Amino acid sequence: MKIKTFLSLATVAALVPLAGLAQEADLTPPPQDIGYIFTTFMFIVTGVLVFWMAAGFSMLEAGLVRSKNVTMQLMKNISLFSLAAILYYLVGYNLMYPGDGWTIPYVLGGFSPAVMEPVGLADTATDLTYASVASDFFFQLMFAAATASIVSGALAERIKLWPFLIFTIVLTGLIYPIQASWKWGGGFLGADDGFIATTFGQVFQDFAGSTVVHSVGGWAALAGALILGPRIGKYGKDGRVNPFPGSNLTLATLGTFILWMGWFGFNGGSQLYMDTASNVADISRILANTNAGAAGGAIAAMILTQLLYKKPDLTMVLNGALAGLVSITAEPLTPSLGSATLIGMIGGIIVVFAVPFLDKLRIDDVVGAIPVHLMAGIWGTLAVPLTNPSSTFLGQLTSVVIVGAFVFSVSAVVWLVLKAVMGLRVAPDDEVMGLDKAELGMEAYPEFANI
Amino acid sequence: MKYIIAAIKPFKLDEVKDALTDLGVRGLMVTEIKGFGAQSGHTEIYRGAEYAISFVPKVKLEIAAPDALADQIVEVLATTARTGKIGDGKIFVLDLEQATRVRTGETGEDAL
Repeated sequence: MKIKTFLSLATVAALVPLAGLAQEADLTPPPQDIGYIFTTFMFIVTGVLVFWMAAGFSMLEAGLVRSKNVTMQLMKNISLFSLAAILYYLVGYNLMYPGDGWTIPYVLGGFSPAVMEPVGLADTATDLTYASVASDFFFQLMFAAATASIVSGALAERIKLWPFLIFTIVLTGLIYPIQASWKWGGGFLGADDGFIATTFGQVFQDFAGSTVVHSVGGWAALAGALILGPRIGKYGKDGRVNPFPGSNLTLATLGTFILWMGWFGFNGGSQLYMDTASNVADISRILANTNAGAAGGAIAAMILTQLLYKKPDLTMVLNGALAGLVSITAEPLTPSLGSATLIGMIGGIIVVFAVPFLDKLRIDDVVGAIPVHLMAGIWGTLAVPLTNPSSTFLGQLTSVVIVGAFVFSVSAVVWLVLKAVMGLRVAPDDEVMGLDKAELGMEAYPEFANI
Repeated sequence: MKYIIAAIKPFKLDEVKDALTDLGVRGLMVTEIKGFGAQSGHTEIYRGAEYAISFVPKVKLEIAAPDALADQIVEVLATTARTGKIGDGKIFVLDLEQATRVRTGETGEDAL
Protein backbone atom coordinates (compact mmCIF):
# COMPACT_ATOMS: atom_id res chain seq x y z
CA MET A 1 0.00 0.00 0.00
CA LYS A 2 2.72 2.42 0.99
CA ILE A 3 4.73 1.52 -2.07
CA LYS A 4 1.70 2.05 -4.32
CA THR A 5 1.13 5.53 -2.93
CA PHE A 6 4.77 6.37 -3.38
CA LEU A 7 4.73 5.16 -6.96
CA SER A 8 1.70 7.16 -7.95
CA LEU A 9 3.18 10.23 -6.32
CA ALA A 10 6.41 9.65 -8.23
CA THR A 11 4.48 9.36 -11.48
CA VAL A 12 2.70 12.62 -10.91
CA ALA A 13 5.99 14.28 -10.00
CA ALA A 14 7.58 13.01 -13.19
CA LEU A 15 4.71 14.23 -15.34
CA VAL A 16 4.57 17.74 -13.93
CA PRO A 17 7.52 19.20 -15.84
CA LEU A 18 6.21 17.69 -19.11
CA ALA A 19 2.78 19.19 -18.60
CA GLY A 20 4.37 22.55 -17.91
CA LEU A 21 6.44 22.35 -21.06
CA ALA A 22 3.43 21.44 -23.20
CA GLN A 23 1.70 24.57 -22.10
CA GLU A 24 4.67 26.74 -22.99
CA ALA A 25 5.55 25.36 -26.47
CA ASP A 26 3.36 23.75 -29.14
CA LEU A 27 5.41 20.79 -30.44
CA THR A 28 3.18 20.05 -33.44
CA PRO A 29 5.34 20.32 -36.56
CA PRO A 30 4.38 23.11 -38.92
CA PRO A 31 2.36 21.81 -41.91
CA GLN A 32 5.13 22.49 -44.44
CA ASP A 33 7.48 20.20 -42.46
CA ILE A 34 5.16 17.18 -42.43
CA GLY A 35 5.95 15.84 -45.90
CA TYR A 36 9.69 16.20 -45.23
CA ILE A 37 9.33 14.42 -41.91
CA PHE A 38 7.38 11.48 -43.31
CA THR A 39 9.59 11.00 -46.36
CA THR A 40 12.75 11.21 -44.27
CA PHE A 41 11.28 8.76 -41.79
CA MET A 42 10.44 6.41 -44.66
CA PHE A 43 14.03 6.49 -45.94
CA ILE A 44 15.35 5.70 -42.48
CA VAL A 45 13.03 2.72 -42.00
CA THR A 46 13.33 1.33 -45.53
CA GLY A 47 17.09 1.93 -45.43
CA VAL A 48 17.31 -0.26 -42.34
CA LEU A 49 15.29 -2.94 -44.17
CA VAL A 50 17.63 -2.83 -47.17
CA PHE A 51 20.60 -2.97 -44.81
CA TRP A 52 19.15 -6.20 -43.42
CA MET A 53 19.43 -7.73 -46.89
CA ALA A 54 23.18 -7.89 -46.21
CA ALA A 55 22.32 -10.41 -43.49
CA GLY A 56 20.10 -12.24 -45.96
CA PHE A 57 22.86 -12.52 -48.56
CA SER A 58 25.28 -13.69 -45.84
CA MET A 59 22.99 -16.46 -44.61
CA LEU A 60 21.96 -17.54 -48.12
CA GLU A 61 25.58 -17.81 -49.22
CA ALA A 62 26.74 -19.45 -45.97
CA GLY A 63 24.07 -22.09 -46.47
CA LEU A 64 24.79 -22.80 -50.12
CA VAL A 65 28.59 -23.17 -49.89
CA ARG A 66 30.27 -26.24 -48.44
CA SER A 67 31.06 -26.14 -44.74
CA LYS A 68 34.80 -25.70 -45.40
CA ASN A 69 34.17 -22.28 -46.99
CA VAL A 70 31.53 -20.79 -44.69
CA THR A 71 33.77 -18.53 -42.59
CA MET A 72 35.27 -17.05 -45.76
CA GLN A 73 31.84 -16.34 -47.19
CA LEU A 74 30.81 -14.55 -43.99
CA MET A 75 34.10 -12.63 -43.92
CA LYS A 76 33.52 -11.46 -47.51
CA ASN A 77 29.97 -10.39 -46.79
CA ILE A 78 30.69 -8.23 -43.77
CA SER A 79 33.82 -6.70 -45.29
CA LEU A 80 32.20 -5.97 -48.66
CA PHE A 81 29.32 -4.24 -46.94
CA SER A 82 31.65 -2.10 -44.86
CA LEU A 83 33.82 -1.23 -47.85
CA ALA A 84 30.72 -0.30 -49.85
CA ALA A 85 29.64 2.04 -47.03
CA ILE A 86 33.00 3.84 -47.07
CA LEU A 87 33.32 4.00 -50.85
CA TYR A 88 29.79 5.22 -51.34
CA TYR A 89 30.56 8.04 -48.91
CA LEU A 90 33.91 8.93 -50.49
CA VAL A 91 32.88 8.95 -54.17
CA GLY A 92 29.75 6.91 -54.88
CA TYR A 93 26.97 9.20 -53.70
CA ASN A 94 27.92 12.32 -55.62
CA LEU A 95 29.01 10.30 -58.63
CA MET A 96 25.50 8.81 -58.71
CA TYR A 97 23.56 11.97 -57.82
CA PRO A 98 25.61 14.87 -59.22
CA GLY A 99 22.69 17.32 -59.41
CA ASP A 100 24.20 20.12 -61.48
CA GLY A 101 27.73 18.94 -60.82
CA TRP A 102 28.27 16.57 -63.79
CA THR A 103 31.88 16.13 -64.91
CA ILE A 104 30.59 15.02 -68.33
CA PRO A 105 26.89 15.95 -68.62
CA TYR A 106 24.52 12.96 -68.33
CA VAL A 107 27.44 10.49 -68.39
CA LEU A 108 29.90 11.08 -65.55
CA GLY A 109 28.90 12.63 -62.24
CA GLY A 110 30.91 14.63 -59.74
CA PHE A 111 33.87 13.51 -57.65
CA SER A 112 33.40 14.61 -54.05
CA PRO A 113 32.52 12.97 -50.74
CA ALA A 114 28.95 12.94 -49.48
CA VAL A 115 28.10 15.71 -47.00
CA MET A 116 25.15 15.66 -44.61
CA GLU A 117 23.18 18.70 -43.50
CA PRO A 118 24.43 20.33 -40.25
CA VAL A 119 23.24 19.23 -36.82
CA GLY A 120 19.69 20.42 -36.20
CA LEU A 121 19.51 21.83 -39.75
CA ALA A 122 21.26 24.90 -38.33
CA ASP A 123 21.67 27.87 -40.66
CA THR A 124 20.42 26.10 -43.77
CA ALA A 125 17.56 26.75 -46.11
CA THR A 126 16.34 23.13 -46.26
CA ASP A 127 14.37 21.96 -49.28
CA LEU A 128 11.27 20.64 -47.52
CA THR A 129 9.82 19.01 -50.65
CA TYR A 130 12.01 15.92 -50.36
CA ALA A 131 13.90 14.29 -47.47
CA SER A 132 17.07 14.88 -45.49
CA VAL A 133 20.29 14.33 -47.41
CA ALA A 134 21.53 12.00 -44.68
CA SER A 135 18.46 9.75 -44.98
CA ASP A 136 18.78 9.70 -48.77
CA PHE A 137 22.49 8.85 -48.54
CA PHE A 138 21.78 6.14 -45.95
CA PHE A 139 19.08 4.57 -48.13
CA GLN A 140 21.05 4.73 -51.39
CA LEU A 141 24.27 3.32 -49.97
CA MET A 142 22.44 0.10 -49.08
CA PHE A 143 21.74 -0.46 -52.78
CA ALA A 144 25.42 -0.14 -53.65
CA ALA A 145 26.22 -2.73 -50.99
CA ALA A 146 23.52 -5.10 -52.29
CA THR A 147 25.13 -4.97 -55.74
CA ALA A 148 28.45 -6.14 -54.30
CA SER A 149 26.78 -8.91 -52.26
CA ILE A 150 25.48 -10.44 -55.48
CA VAL A 151 29.02 -10.90 -56.78
CA SER A 152 30.35 -12.67 -53.70
CA GLY A 153 27.93 -15.60 -53.95
CA ALA A 154 28.69 -16.39 -57.57
CA LEU A 155 32.46 -16.49 -57.06
CA ALA A 156 32.43 -18.36 -53.75
CA GLU A 157 34.70 -21.24 -52.72
CA ARG A 158 37.70 -20.37 -54.94
CA ILE A 159 38.42 -16.64 -55.10
CA LYS A 160 41.06 -15.06 -52.85
CA LEU A 161 39.80 -12.57 -50.28
CA TRP A 162 41.81 -9.48 -51.21
CA PRO A 163 41.34 -9.37 -54.99
CA PHE A 164 37.63 -9.82 -54.34
CA LEU A 165 37.59 -6.88 -51.93
CA ILE A 166 39.56 -4.69 -54.36
CA PHE A 167 36.95 -5.48 -57.00
CA THR A 168 34.26 -4.53 -54.48
CA ILE A 169 35.93 -1.13 -54.07
CA VAL A 170 35.87 -0.50 -57.82
CA LEU A 171 32.30 -1.81 -58.13
CA THR A 172 30.75 0.22 -55.32
CA GLY A 173 32.92 3.32 -55.77
CA LEU A 174 32.85 3.62 -59.56
CA ILE A 175 31.03 1.02 -61.69
CA TYR A 176 27.74 0.98 -59.79
CA PRO A 177 27.38 4.73 -59.15
CA ILE A 178 28.41 5.73 -62.69
CA GLN A 179 25.81 3.55 -64.41
CA ALA A 180 23.21 4.33 -61.73
CA SER A 181 23.67 8.05 -62.41
CA TRP A 182 22.60 7.42 -66.00
CA LYS A 183 19.15 6.43 -64.77
CA TRP A 184 18.56 7.60 -61.21
CA GLY A 185 20.96 10.56 -61.22
CA GLY A 186 19.14 12.06 -64.20
CA GLY A 187 21.65 10.97 -66.86
CA PHE A 188 21.09 9.94 -70.48
CA LEU A 189 18.94 6.90 -69.64
CA GLY A 190 16.62 8.62 -67.21
CA ALA A 191 16.43 12.32 -68.12
CA ASP A 192 13.42 13.63 -70.07
CA ASP A 193 15.83 15.16 -72.58
CA GLY A 194 18.27 12.23 -72.43
CA PHE A 195 19.20 9.76 -75.16
CA ILE A 196 16.57 7.10 -74.40
CA ALA A 197 13.67 9.57 -74.06
CA THR A 198 14.55 11.48 -77.22
CA THR A 199 15.15 8.28 -79.23
CA PHE A 200 12.25 6.12 -78.06
CA GLY A 201 9.76 8.67 -76.77
CA GLN A 202 9.83 7.46 -73.16
CA VAL A 203 12.60 7.36 -70.57
CA PHE A 204 14.15 4.11 -69.38
CA GLN A 205 11.99 2.80 -66.51
CA ASP A 206 13.64 0.85 -63.71
CA PHE A 207 11.76 1.50 -60.50
CA ALA A 208 14.04 -0.03 -57.85
CA GLY A 209 16.77 -1.53 -59.96
CA SER A 210 16.18 -4.83 -61.79
CA THR A 211 18.80 -3.49 -64.18
CA VAL A 212 20.52 -0.71 -62.23
CA VAL A 213 21.21 -2.89 -59.17
CA HIS A 214 20.56 -6.58 -59.82
CA SER A 215 21.74 -7.02 -63.38
CA VAL A 216 24.81 -4.93 -62.52
CA GLY A 217 25.75 -7.37 -59.77
CA GLY A 218 24.94 -10.19 -62.19
CA TRP A 219 27.08 -8.83 -65.04
CA ALA A 220 30.02 -8.26 -62.68
CA ALA A 221 29.57 -11.79 -61.33
CA LEU A 222 29.37 -13.27 -64.83
CA ALA A 223 32.61 -11.54 -65.89
CA GLY A 224 34.24 -12.78 -62.69
CA ALA A 225 32.97 -16.35 -63.03
CA LEU A 226 34.23 -16.57 -66.63
CA ILE A 227 37.69 -15.26 -65.77
CA LEU A 228 37.98 -17.13 -62.49
CA GLY A 229 36.91 -20.53 -63.86
CA PRO A 230 34.90 -23.26 -62.14
CA ARG A 231 35.68 -24.89 -58.82
CA ILE A 232 37.98 -27.91 -58.92
CA GLY A 233 35.95 -31.03 -59.64
CA LYS A 234 32.73 -29.22 -60.50
CA TYR A 235 32.76 -30.30 -64.13
CA GLY A 236 33.98 -33.76 -65.06
CA LYS A 237 34.83 -35.28 -68.41
CA ASP A 238 32.19 -35.62 -71.15
CA GLY A 239 29.99 -32.85 -69.77
CA ARG A 240 29.46 -34.34 -66.33
CA VAL A 241 28.25 -31.88 -63.70
CA ASN A 242 29.14 -32.79 -60.13
CA PRO A 243 26.87 -31.15 -57.57
CA PHE A 244 28.44 -29.74 -54.41
CA PRO A 245 25.43 -29.68 -52.07
CA GLY A 246 25.22 -26.68 -49.74
CA SER A 247 26.25 -26.99 -46.12
CA ASN A 248 23.09 -25.72 -44.45
CA LEU A 249 19.75 -25.30 -46.17
CA THR A 250 18.24 -23.96 -42.94
CA LEU A 251 20.51 -20.91 -43.17
CA ALA A 252 19.87 -20.63 -46.91
CA THR A 253 16.12 -20.54 -46.27
CA LEU A 254 16.49 -18.02 -43.44
CA GLY A 255 18.63 -15.88 -45.75
CA THR A 256 15.97 -16.00 -48.45
CA PHE A 257 13.25 -14.92 -46.03
CA ILE A 258 15.47 -12.07 -44.77
CA LEU A 259 16.06 -10.92 -48.34
CA TRP A 260 12.33 -11.16 -49.05
CA MET A 261 11.67 -8.96 -45.99
CA GLY A 262 14.41 -6.50 -46.91
CA TRP A 263 12.94 -6.22 -50.38
CA PHE A 264 9.89 -4.45 -48.96
CA GLY A 265 12.27 -1.63 -48.06
CA PHE A 266 14.16 -1.95 -51.33
CA ASN A 267 11.08 -1.51 -53.53
CA GLY A 268 8.87 0.38 -51.08
CA GLY A 269 11.46 3.04 -50.32
CA SER A 270 12.11 3.51 -54.02
CA GLN A 271 8.80 5.35 -54.25
CA LEU A 272 11.05 8.12 -52.85
CA TYR A 273 8.15 10.10 -51.33
CA MET A 274 5.77 9.45 -48.49
CA ASP A 275 4.33 12.96 -48.20
CA THR A 276 0.84 12.48 -49.64
CA ALA A 277 -2.03 10.02 -49.45
CA SER A 278 -1.38 8.92 -53.03
CA ASN A 279 2.28 8.18 -52.27
CA VAL A 280 1.37 6.13 -49.20
CA ALA A 281 -1.19 4.21 -51.25
CA ASP A 282 1.45 3.60 -53.93
CA ILE A 283 3.94 2.30 -51.36
CA SER A 284 1.25 -0.11 -50.19
CA ARG A 285 0.72 -1.33 -53.76
CA ILE A 286 4.47 -1.78 -54.12
CA LEU A 287 4.76 -3.91 -50.98
CA ALA A 288 1.81 -6.09 -51.96
CA ASN A 289 3.13 -6.55 -55.51
CA THR A 290 6.66 -7.26 -54.29
CA ASN A 291 5.29 -10.01 -52.08
CA ALA A 292 3.20 -11.40 -54.94
CA GLY A 293 6.23 -11.53 -57.24
CA ALA A 294 8.25 -13.50 -54.70
CA ALA A 295 5.43 -15.95 -54.05
CA GLY A 296 4.92 -16.47 -57.78
CA GLY A 297 8.62 -17.13 -58.33
CA ALA A 298 8.82 -19.66 -55.49
CA ILE A 299 5.74 -21.62 -56.55
CA ALA A 300 6.74 -21.65 -60.21
CA ALA A 301 10.18 -23.05 -59.33
CA MET A 302 8.66 -25.64 -57.01
CA ILE A 303 6.13 -26.94 -59.53
CA LEU A 304 8.67 -26.90 -62.35
CA THR A 305 11.35 -28.85 -60.44
CA GLN A 306 8.69 -31.37 -59.38
CA LEU A 307 7.70 -31.86 -63.03
CA LEU A 308 11.27 -31.93 -64.40
CA TYR A 309 13.08 -33.84 -61.66
CA LYS A 310 10.26 -35.71 -59.86
CA LYS A 311 11.17 -33.98 -56.59
CA PRO A 312 10.91 -30.27 -55.76
CA ASP A 313 14.39 -28.79 -55.20
CA LEU A 314 14.47 -26.44 -52.18
CA THR A 315 17.53 -24.52 -53.40
CA MET A 316 15.69 -23.81 -56.66
CA VAL A 317 12.57 -22.71 -54.76
CA LEU A 318 14.71 -20.27 -52.76
CA ASN A 319 16.30 -19.00 -55.98
CA GLY A 320 12.83 -18.84 -57.53
CA ALA A 321 11.50 -16.59 -54.77
CA LEU A 322 14.49 -14.26 -55.21
CA ALA A 323 14.09 -14.31 -58.99
CA GLY A 324 10.45 -13.33 -58.51
CA LEU A 325 11.59 -10.42 -56.35
CA VAL A 326 14.21 -9.32 -58.89
CA SER A 327 11.64 -9.56 -61.71
CA ILE A 328 9.11 -7.32 -59.97
CA THR A 329 11.73 -4.77 -58.92
CA ALA A 330 11.79 -2.93 -62.26
CA GLU A 331 8.08 -2.12 -61.91
CA PRO A 332 6.43 -3.00 -58.61
CA LEU A 333 3.88 -0.15 -58.77
CA THR A 334 1.77 -0.45 -61.91
CA PRO A 335 1.01 -4.22 -62.10
CA SER A 336 -2.10 -5.71 -60.54
CA LEU A 337 -1.57 -8.43 -57.94
CA GLY A 338 -2.24 -11.01 -60.66
CA SER A 339 0.25 -9.50 -63.10
CA ALA A 340 2.85 -9.19 -60.35
CA THR A 341 2.42 -12.89 -59.51
CA LEU A 342 2.81 -13.83 -63.18
CA ILE A 343 5.88 -11.60 -63.64
CA GLY A 344 7.44 -13.31 -60.60
CA MET A 345 6.48 -16.77 -61.86
CA ILE A 346 8.30 -16.22 -65.13
CA GLY A 347 11.33 -15.17 -63.08
CA GLY A 348 11.11 -18.47 -61.18
CA ILE A 349 10.84 -20.43 -64.43
CA ILE A 350 13.89 -18.63 -65.84
CA VAL A 351 15.95 -19.72 -62.83
CA VAL A 352 15.05 -23.40 -63.13
CA PHE A 353 16.21 -23.47 -66.74
CA ALA A 354 19.14 -21.06 -66.34
CA VAL A 355 20.95 -22.94 -63.55
CA PRO A 356 21.57 -26.14 -65.57
CA PHE A 357 22.16 -24.02 -68.69
CA LEU A 358 25.08 -22.22 -67.01
CA ASP A 359 26.42 -25.59 -65.88
CA LYS A 360 26.29 -26.75 -69.48
CA LEU A 361 28.44 -23.73 -70.40
CA ARG A 362 30.74 -24.60 -67.48
CA ILE A 363 30.10 -21.26 -65.81
CA ASP A 364 30.27 -22.11 -62.12
CA ASP A 365 27.88 -19.88 -60.16
CA VAL A 366 27.80 -21.29 -56.63
CA VAL A 367 24.55 -19.74 -55.37
CA GLY A 368 22.69 -19.07 -58.64
CA ALA A 369 23.37 -15.32 -58.58
CA ILE A 370 23.58 -14.99 -62.35
CA PRO A 371 20.20 -16.64 -63.09
CA VAL A 372 18.53 -14.81 -60.21
CA HIS A 373 19.95 -11.32 -60.51
CA LEU A 374 21.07 -11.02 -64.13
CA MET A 375 18.59 -13.11 -66.11
CA ALA A 376 15.50 -12.38 -64.00
CA GLY A 377 16.68 -8.76 -63.84
CA ILE A 378 16.68 -8.51 -67.63
CA TRP A 379 13.24 -10.18 -67.76
CA GLY A 380 11.81 -7.79 -65.17
CA THR A 381 13.17 -4.77 -67.03
CA LEU A 382 11.76 -5.91 -70.36
CA ALA A 383 8.40 -6.68 -68.70
CA VAL A 384 7.87 -3.06 -67.58
CA PRO A 385 6.04 -1.99 -70.79
CA LEU A 386 3.47 -4.75 -70.16
CA THR A 387 1.97 -2.75 -67.30
CA ASN A 388 3.51 0.72 -67.52
CA PRO A 389 2.65 2.74 -70.66
CA SER A 390 5.36 5.30 -69.81
CA SER A 391 8.02 2.95 -71.15
CA THR A 392 8.90 1.34 -74.47
CA PHE A 393 10.19 -2.14 -75.10
CA LEU A 394 13.02 -0.89 -77.30
CA GLY A 395 13.97 1.78 -74.79
CA GLN A 396 14.12 -0.84 -72.04
CA LEU A 397 16.10 -3.26 -74.22
CA THR A 398 18.57 -0.59 -75.32
CA SER A 399 19.15 0.46 -71.73
CA VAL A 400 19.71 -3.16 -70.65
CA VAL A 401 22.29 -3.55 -73.42
CA ILE A 402 24.05 -0.26 -72.62
CA VAL A 403 24.29 -0.99 -68.89
CA GLY A 404 25.27 -4.60 -69.56
CA ALA A 405 28.00 -3.71 -72.05
CA PHE A 406 29.46 -1.09 -69.71
CA VAL A 407 29.39 -3.18 -66.54
CA PHE A 408 30.51 -6.43 -68.16
CA SER A 409 33.44 -4.89 -70.04
CA VAL A 410 34.71 -2.70 -67.19
CA SER A 411 34.33 -5.59 -64.73
CA ALA A 412 36.17 -7.94 -67.08
CA VAL A 413 39.06 -5.46 -67.37
CA VAL A 414 39.25 -5.09 -63.58
CA TRP A 415 39.15 -8.87 -63.05
CA LEU A 416 41.85 -9.40 -65.70
CA VAL A 417 44.10 -6.74 -64.18
CA LEU A 418 43.65 -8.27 -60.72
CA LYS A 419 44.38 -11.71 -62.15
CA ALA A 420 47.59 -10.47 -63.78
CA VAL A 421 48.79 -8.45 -60.77
CA MET A 422 47.95 -10.64 -57.79
CA GLY A 423 46.08 -13.71 -59.06
CA LEU A 424 42.41 -14.39 -58.38
CA ARG A 425 42.34 -18.02 -57.30
CA VAL A 426 43.68 -19.74 -54.23
CA ALA A 427 46.13 -22.59 -54.83
CA PRO A 428 44.48 -25.92 -55.78
CA ASP A 429 45.59 -27.51 -52.48
CA ASP A 430 44.02 -24.66 -50.54
CA GLU A 431 40.81 -24.88 -52.54
CA VAL A 432 40.48 -28.57 -51.74
CA MET A 433 41.31 -28.00 -48.06
CA GLY A 434 38.78 -25.18 -47.93
CA LEU A 435 39.25 -21.43 -47.83
CA ASP A 436 38.39 -21.30 -44.12
CA LYS A 437 41.50 -23.19 -43.06
CA ALA A 438 43.75 -22.04 -45.92
CA GLU A 439 43.03 -18.31 -46.05
CA LEU A 440 41.64 -17.57 -42.59
CA GLY A 441 42.81 -20.36 -40.29
CA MET A 442 39.35 -20.39 -38.78
CA GLU A 443 36.51 -22.80 -39.39
CA ALA A 444 32.79 -22.09 -39.13
CA TYR A 445 32.08 -25.54 -37.72
CA PRO A 446 35.30 -26.62 -35.94
CA GLU A 447 33.60 -29.34 -33.93
CA PHE A 448 32.22 -31.20 -36.93
CA ALA A 449 34.57 -33.95 -38.05
CA ASN A 450 35.19 -33.97 -41.78
CA ILE A 451 36.70 -37.29 -42.80
CA MET B 1 28.14 -72.47 -33.49
CA LYS B 2 27.24 -70.14 -36.35
CA TYR B 3 28.06 -66.50 -36.99
CA ILE B 4 25.23 -64.71 -38.82
CA ILE B 5 25.83 -61.42 -40.61
CA ALA B 6 22.86 -59.56 -42.07
CA ALA B 7 22.60 -56.23 -43.88
CA ILE B 8 19.06 -54.88 -43.67
CA LYS B 9 17.09 -51.68 -44.22
CA PRO B 10 17.66 -49.33 -41.24
CA PHE B 11 13.96 -48.75 -40.55
CA LYS B 12 13.45 -52.52 -40.02
CA LEU B 13 15.91 -52.70 -37.11
CA ASP B 14 13.44 -52.45 -34.23
CA GLU B 15 11.06 -54.99 -35.72
CA VAL B 16 13.89 -57.45 -36.39
CA LYS B 17 15.34 -56.99 -32.90
CA ASP B 18 11.95 -57.73 -31.28
CA ALA B 19 11.45 -60.84 -33.43
CA LEU B 20 14.93 -62.14 -32.59
CA THR B 21 14.45 -61.52 -28.87
CA ASP B 22 11.18 -63.48 -28.99
CA LEU B 23 13.10 -66.31 -30.59
CA GLY B 24 15.57 -66.38 -27.70
CA VAL B 25 18.51 -64.51 -29.15
CA ARG B 26 20.34 -62.93 -26.24
CA GLY B 27 22.97 -60.86 -27.97
CA LEU B 28 23.20 -58.72 -31.08
CA MET B 29 25.77 -56.36 -32.57
CA VAL B 30 24.56 -53.48 -34.76
CA THR B 31 26.61 -51.20 -37.02
CA GLU B 32 25.48 -48.42 -39.34
CA ILE B 33 27.05 -49.10 -42.70
CA LYS B 34 26.87 -47.97 -46.31
CA GLY B 35 27.12 -50.24 -49.29
CA PHE B 36 25.68 -51.32 -52.60
CA GLY B 37 24.19 -54.48 -53.97
CA ALA B 38 22.54 -55.53 -57.20
CA GLN B 39 20.92 -52.13 -57.81
CA SER B 40 24.31 -50.32 -57.49
CA GLY B 41 22.95 -47.31 -55.61
CA HIS B 42 20.68 -44.74 -57.19
CA THR B 43 20.76 -41.17 -58.54
CA GLU B 44 19.52 -37.88 -57.12
CA ILE B 45 19.20 -34.43 -58.72
CA TYR B 46 20.63 -31.28 -57.11
CA ARG B 47 20.01 -27.99 -58.90
CA GLY B 48 19.40 -29.77 -62.18
CA ALA B 49 22.55 -31.91 -62.06
CA GLU B 50 22.15 -35.66 -61.62
CA TYR B 51 24.54 -37.36 -59.25
CA ALA B 52 25.00 -40.92 -58.09
CA ILE B 53 24.42 -42.13 -54.56
CA SER B 54 26.80 -45.09 -54.91
CA PHE B 55 26.53 -46.28 -51.32
CA VAL B 56 23.17 -46.73 -49.67
CA PRO B 57 22.80 -46.60 -45.88
CA LYS B 58 22.10 -49.99 -44.27
CA VAL B 59 22.27 -51.56 -40.84
CA LYS B 60 24.57 -54.53 -40.28
CA LEU B 61 23.60 -57.13 -37.64
CA GLU B 62 26.04 -59.67 -36.29
CA ILE B 63 24.74 -62.60 -34.23
CA ALA B 64 26.66 -65.49 -32.72
CA ALA B 65 24.20 -68.40 -32.29
CA PRO B 66 24.10 -72.04 -31.22
CA ASP B 67 23.80 -74.45 -34.14
CA ALA B 68 20.26 -75.41 -33.11
CA LEU B 69 19.00 -71.85 -33.37
CA ALA B 70 20.84 -70.71 -36.51
CA ASP B 71 18.32 -71.78 -39.15
CA GLN B 72 15.43 -70.23 -37.23
CA ILE B 73 17.33 -66.95 -36.86
CA VAL B 74 17.94 -66.80 -40.60
CA GLU B 75 14.28 -67.59 -41.20
CA VAL B 76 13.08 -64.87 -38.82
CA LEU B 77 15.56 -62.32 -40.24
CA ALA B 78 14.46 -63.05 -43.78
CA THR B 79 10.76 -62.76 -43.06
CA THR B 80 10.88 -59.78 -40.68
CA ALA B 81 13.28 -57.60 -42.72
CA ARG B 82 11.49 -58.30 -46.00
CA THR B 83 9.55 -55.54 -47.76
CA GLY B 84 9.60 -57.19 -51.17
CA LYS B 85 11.29 -54.15 -52.73
CA ILE B 86 14.83 -53.75 -54.05
CA GLY B 87 17.41 -53.20 -51.32
CA ASP B 88 16.03 -55.47 -48.58
CA GLY B 89 19.54 -56.77 -47.89
CA LYS B 90 21.47 -60.04 -47.50
CA ILE B 91 22.10 -62.66 -44.80
CA PHE B 92 25.36 -64.62 -44.54
CA VAL B 93 26.04 -67.56 -42.23
CA LEU B 94 29.59 -68.57 -41.22
CA ASP B 95 30.94 -71.38 -39.03
CA LEU B 96 32.06 -69.99 -35.70
CA GLU B 97 35.09 -71.70 -34.17
CA GLN B 98 35.31 -70.20 -30.73
CA ALA B 99 33.45 -67.92 -28.30
CA THR B 100 34.54 -66.65 -24.87
CA ARG B 101 32.58 -64.72 -22.26
CA VAL B 102 35.02 -62.11 -20.98
CA ARG B 103 33.64 -61.86 -17.43
CA THR B 104 33.68 -65.60 -16.54
CA GLY B 105 35.99 -67.19 -19.08
CA GLU B 106 33.24 -69.59 -20.21
CA THR B 107 33.76 -70.86 -23.76
CA GLY B 108 31.74 -72.45 -26.55
CA GLU B 109 27.91 -72.31 -26.56
CA ASP B 110 27.96 -71.52 -22.83
CA ALA B 111 29.47 -68.16 -23.70
CA LEU B 112 26.64 -67.16 -26.04
